[in-house]
Amino acid sequence: MQLTSDRFKQQAQKALVDAQLQRALLNVEKGFIGKRQMAADALPEFEALRDNARDIKNHTLAHLDLYLEAYEKKVTEAGGIVHWAENAEDARRIVLDICRKAGTKTVNKGKSMITEEIDLNDYLAANGITPVETDLGEYIIQLRGEHPSHIIAPAVHLNKEQVEGDFRRVHTHLAEARDLSEPAALLSEAREVLRKQYFEAKVGITGANFLIAETGSSVIVTNEGNGDLTQTLADVHVVVASIEKMVPTLEDTAQILRLLARSATGQDMSCYTTYSTGPRREGDPDGPKEYHVVLLDNGRSSMLGTEYQEMLRCIRCGACMNHCPVYQSVGGHAYGSVYPGPMGAVLTPSLNGIEKTGQLPNASTFCGRCEAVCPMRIPLPKMMRHWREREFEKHLTPATARYGLKLWAFFAKRPKLYRLAVSFGIPALSALGGTKHRFRALPFAGGWTRHRDLPAPEGRTFQQQWQQREALKQNVDQKRAA
Amino acid sequence: MSARDSILTKIRQVNVAGSDDTARKQAVAARLSDSPRGIVPARGQLPDSERRALFEAMAQKFAATISSVADYSDIPRAVSGYLREHNLPADIRIGDDERLAKAGWDKERTLEIRHGASDGGDMTAVSHALAGIAETGTVALASGTDNPTTLNFLPEHHIVVLKASDIDGDLESIWDRLREKFGKGQMPRALNLVTGPSRSGDIEQKILLGAHGPRALHLIIVDE
Repeated sequence: MQLTSDRFKQQAQKALVDAQLQRALLNVEKGFIGKRQMAADALPEFEALRDNARDIKNHTLAHLDLYLEAYEKKVTEAGGIVHWAENAEDARRIVLDICRKAGTKTVNKGKSMITEEIDLNDYLAANGITPVETDLGEYIIQLRGEHPSHIIAPAVHLNKEQVEGDFRRVHTHLAEARDLSEPAALLSEAREVLRKQYFEAKVGITGANFLIAETGSSVIVTNEGNGDLTQTLADVHVVVASIEKMVPTLEDTAQILRLLARSATGQDMSCYTTYSTGPRREGDPDGPKEYHVVLLDNGRSSMLGTEYQEMLRCIRCGACMNHCPVYQSVGGHAYGSVYPGPMGAVLTPSLNGIEKTGQLPNASTFCGRCEAVCPMRIPLPKMMRHWREREFEKHLTPATARYGLKLWAFFAKRPKLYRLAVSFGIPALSALGGTKHRFRALPFAGGWTRHRDLPAPEGRTFQQQWQQREALKQNVDQKRAA
Repeated sequence: MSARDSILTKIRQVNVAGSDDTARKQAVAARLSDSPRGIVPARGQLPDSERRALFEAMAQKFAATISSVADYSDIPRAVSGYLREHNLPADIRIGDDERLAKAGWDKERTLEIRHGASDGGDMTAVSHALAGIAETGTVALASGTDNPTTLNFLPEHHIVVLKASDIDGDLESIWDRLREKFGKGQMPRALNLVTGPSRSGDIEQKILLGAHGPRALHLIIVDE
């Protein structure tokens, strides 16, 4: 997809007044937040597992070269083929070559964010091969010519009436009078349409949630079963996976799996967790005859050893965006990048450079909920702050923000002057705020007040409260000492 | 330089810097051979009967249905009963699993049995699980002629036979079983961990059963 993160502000403005989108976004909270909490609460070991999962990935990243070599050896032993790709272009070309050799006109796809990252669908289509998305959400957005607005719920920005419209527009071979008013009817129709497609394509492409060095296996985690049909029924199974999907052993996948489904959808375990190792064996009645892994770097190795390395622990559960007040308000498309929400705000600048993506790490209130729920304990706000620093160093921050910061810094470095200014400013603003103590409009703050009121300052300042607390504490200490 | 060398060189420049490469190699070799277990939830660490009860409760939580039989010879009747109860045609797809083959299907005279991989035309398939996992109500199925993978995904109804003594407390026990059967570091072509029937929440985040895989998952637990 074309990167439009430099238009985040305009895109977010539009999203905020899009009634359809706002209605759909209510499902994020309903669908994810409470369920995650219940699932996490029901597992006493959840927090300890988060620590362990973090340590597993840290260990793997510190030994990534060795694990990749061990993994490649095991895949080859099992009869699979590993292709290394430095960037998106390499990966696309490798996949196209495999498709051409298989002589296929169409490929089926399981849900995969990495193939979104490398724009695989457009490339295959431009080269005469029709890609068909088989995950229900991905299928819907493919019909609409859109990109996922969420990494695990790609069509979360849509309402069922919109899906009905798309199905009626595309599935013209079906009776016009059919009832599609309920999601169940839409699901049945997609099942029927895609069922035939599974047998048409000679190549099935999936992503991977894990690559396992111990066994040379790739793992997919799904609920619908489409990924399994895609990879089982095709002659050729192509796994596209980035290098940080590596884990050492089967045991390590068990540790992280306990976090993945709970953090993503609030399930104890997703419906289908499938470990694939090589192609069909002698005597096997089914399964692909060829098994390929496209091992993609695309910027990951450059993140190693930097302040963004911890981002490589990400398992793409989507919890950070589900819990992000900014994502909940504007949805995923406003970010203008493949990966939305807090994880995207860190990863997108790493993959595409801060020059065009500087608005993303700024699209955060630093409320910290993303870090609080991240199963891999990735310090997302800290890394967004690092990106803001990079942006500032490179003079990419807008002039008004830079001058504003300079003005603030001038006062901040002169505490007496700061307190004096505040002692005049606060009572004045407080008085202007009227009986409701809120501003409906303020000069220079239109961007804020267009969508909500600005509360007027009330009571004592932070510094005054701090001094009072300290004085109280000292009093107590003195009394104790006495 | 090949893409492989280029990627590995870049990683090594960071990973090797300032650390002892021999120690790194030893750490990796040790981890791959020892497979440390990590944290195993206490939830599944139960005596036999309680473990089975937890398995059943978890499987039902994820919309699987369960029945039990005293021994393998009761399976044909249980399968026929399920088909009748759900108004399904009296035919099933089944692999070559010996435990199922010996169950004596000829007792159910009207039941038609097809063998081998599914071609997509089967309403019901019967598989034998490698094991069950109590902590999540999951069944583990290994690919091969005994239990073809297509049987797990193409039919509308998937019936899975599971021996009560094969119900483990945790996911880690599956790795032990696999290593015993296939050897350390070896895997079947496909290992499917299945928890309930297929579902999707992609339209307005409402969970609906029967997405692309089976609409129903029925487990038959064999007591023997």
